[in-house]
Amino acid sequence: MKTLIKNGRVIDPANKIDAACDVLIEDGVIQEVATNISVTADEIIDATGLLVAPGLVDIHTHMRDPGFEYKEDIISGTRAAAAGGVTSLTCMPNTNPVNDSCAVTQYIINKAKQQGSANIYPIASISKGMKGEILAEMGDLKEAGCVGFSDDGIPVTHGELLRRAFEYADTFSMPIVTHSEDLSITGSGCMHEGDVATELGLQGIPWVAEDAGTAREIMLAEFTGGRLHVCHVSTKGSVDLIRHAKARGVRVSCEATPHHFTLTDEAVRGYNTNAKMSPPLRSQDHVDAVRAGLADGTIDAIATDHAPHHYDEKNVEFPVAMNGIVGLESLLPLSLRLVADGLLGLNSLISLLTVQPATIMGIDRGTLSVGAVADIVLIDLEREWTYTAESLHSKSKNSPFLGWEMKGAAVKTLLAGKVVFER
Amino acid sequence: MSFNPKHILGIKNLTADEINFILTTAESFKEINTRQIKKVPTLRGKTVINLFYEASTRTRTSFEIAGKRLSADTINITAASSSVVKGESLEDTARNIEAMRPDIIVMRHSASGACDYLAQRLHCSVINAGDGTHEHPSQALLDAFTIRQHKGHLKGLTVTIAGDVAHSRVVRSNIYCLNKLGAKVRVTGPRTMLPVGIEKLGCEVYYNLDEAITDADCIMMLRIQHERQGKTLIPSLREYSRFFALNEDNLKLAKKDAIVMHPGPVNRGVELSSSVADGPQNVILDQVENGVAIRMALLYLVAGGEKLQVN
Repeated sequence: MKTLIKNGRVIDPANKIDAACDVLIEDGVIQEVATNISVTADEIIDATGLLVAPGLVDIHTHMRDPGFEYKEDIISGTRAAAAGGVTSLTCMPNTNPVNDSCAVTQYIINKAKQQGSANIYPIASISKGMKGEILAEMGDLKEAGCVGFSDDGIPVTHGELLRRAFEYADTFSMPIVTHSEDLSITGSGCMHEGDVATELGLQGIPWVAEDAGTAREIMLAEFTGGRLHVCHVSTKGSVDLIRHAKARGVRVSCEATPHHFTLTDEAVRGYNTNAKMSPPLRSQDHVDAVRAGLADGTIDAIATDHAPHHYDEKNVEFPVAMNGIVGLESLLPLSLRLVADGLLGLNSLISLLTVQPATIMGIDRGTLSVGAVADIVLIDLEREWTYTAESLHSKSKNSPFLGWEMKGAAVKTLLAGKVVFER
Repeated sequence: MSFNPKHILGIKNLTADEINFILTTAESFKEINTRQIKKVPTLRGKTVINLFYEASTRTRTSFEIAGKRLSADTINITAASSSVVKGESLEDTARNIEAMRPDIIVMRHSASGACDYLAQRLHCSVINAGDGTHEHPSQALLDAFTIRQHKGHLKGLTVTIAGDVAHSRVVRSNIYCLNKLGAKVRVTGPRTMLPVGIEKLGCEVYYNLDEAITDADCIMMLRIQHERQGKTLIPSLREYSRFFALNEDNLKLAKKDAIVMHPGPVNRGVELSSSVADGPQNVILDQVENGVAIRMALLYLVAGGEKLQVN
């Protein structure tokens, strides 16, 4: 089975390609990337006027499966991914049961393979049950297919346990992935501490709660020589700490989410629970710092923190609403705004969405190299569309971007050479 | 001028004219409260539900009396726990109540924004009786009314608000209200109790009580909740009272004719010494009395105002 993608603009940052050329796929594997490939193909995809890029790699999502299938499951979650141009994703272990075992890991991977529209690489928990007490069986979990370890929203508070987690995970060449936050500083806050919180009378979450967590985790990574990936950096301090840590050789990487580089805490006005997340939307100075971090390469990846929640969990008083928003289907257009704003070149942006996140998690995707699995996205950069609840493939619709006019969309998504989504 | 708002959710979005109109309307109701027969038929046939998710003797009783003196049918619902703990959402509770066709729901809730939430989802009128640490408009209005009663006006006055500004449900409403009426506002307290950016709402921030009350025309003391003691905000009530309480000595720094206010309930010996609480400058019980007139005015205006007078 041969598929030929013709006449597109191919961007493949891993191989430094940005050129008008064709892509030949045979049996789900990339055979050739060159100008004017002439071959008898079973299927020809005309990509005239489209961008041809590696399928996007999202290293921070919540698939909610097993346990919270009313919010999302692997079928709906990967369909949302495909619609957003994402072909590979990691999912966090805060399922029920927690992903701290081979059984849960294999369930996730197999369900994605059999019924999903994207590849899933699970992130398992650092501690059994995410209780912060005993290390999960990291060797076993790696063998089963996990790519990293994280207790995500329940950061490990026990200092020695986290130290040992860095050391033990590094034994297996695996990263520790952290939601960096000192929860004892956060207290009962429910939005960014600042002018807006004061005016709305909502308890604030001070930025120093994130900075303190980031600082501690960098120090432990530096001390142990282990590898750290910091999730969703949202503060000036986090970006600075990571910039300096990288300069002195600490093995640290980090990601930023589209909502943290697009919105400020002003979005909470009206007690909008779809603007409630953790870390919270910050004030403009922090947003500017995150954008600067993207521009200067301090931030290594764009990830969504796709966090589906049911309508009923958001249709409540602000302080008791669940944290998080869906993001897979707004990832691409919101990221493209960074190019439109002149912050990043298109090649750098595609790199932040493909090969860089794939490298962090050791995933062999995110490139169009000959011999690579043909996970490919065709992007119409000019396509204008409205982001509405009805347009979403995710089971949940919790997003502060509902009603936004978007520019740029995945129009065809290929997984191992097969079209899994088109519009 | 006529002013018949659908809801009273906060002071922030009211104009000075609207606030003055409410105060003037309350003036006309105040007299009813001193009659032998304290009842007029103005709101006959109207149903007012006091939906209180947090304990509040004073505010709830004041709204209840206000409704009854206007002949409205007033029903109190006290929800012991929050909607989430109870297992029914706030929206469901409110919709069930609304199905019984009340005209006005007066709500007190622990969550900031809860009254806005309700107003967006219901057809009947909503009056905010305090939502978390956001707004408490009827308290700010009765405070302004009381100041006006004693000072004749608010323009140019210096009003100091002292205490736990961060956790007060009325401070924001007071700052908005006093500014709109031309007063100058100072806030003071330990830094742990002063939220970041409070000055942007229209006030000067002081860490020192003596400086904050010097030459003030009016001092509003805020209640220190006992449960704050010994946690992270203050070391002890003893220390708090040493540095942040109003007493006979520091009161002398204010203007001679300064008035002392407190939204109640007073912690005697904590934020306010008994000698001041009972002293000649205190107007605390005037505030309580005026509260009934203010709430009568709010119920009246929300229920339709002038149109009712015709009957």
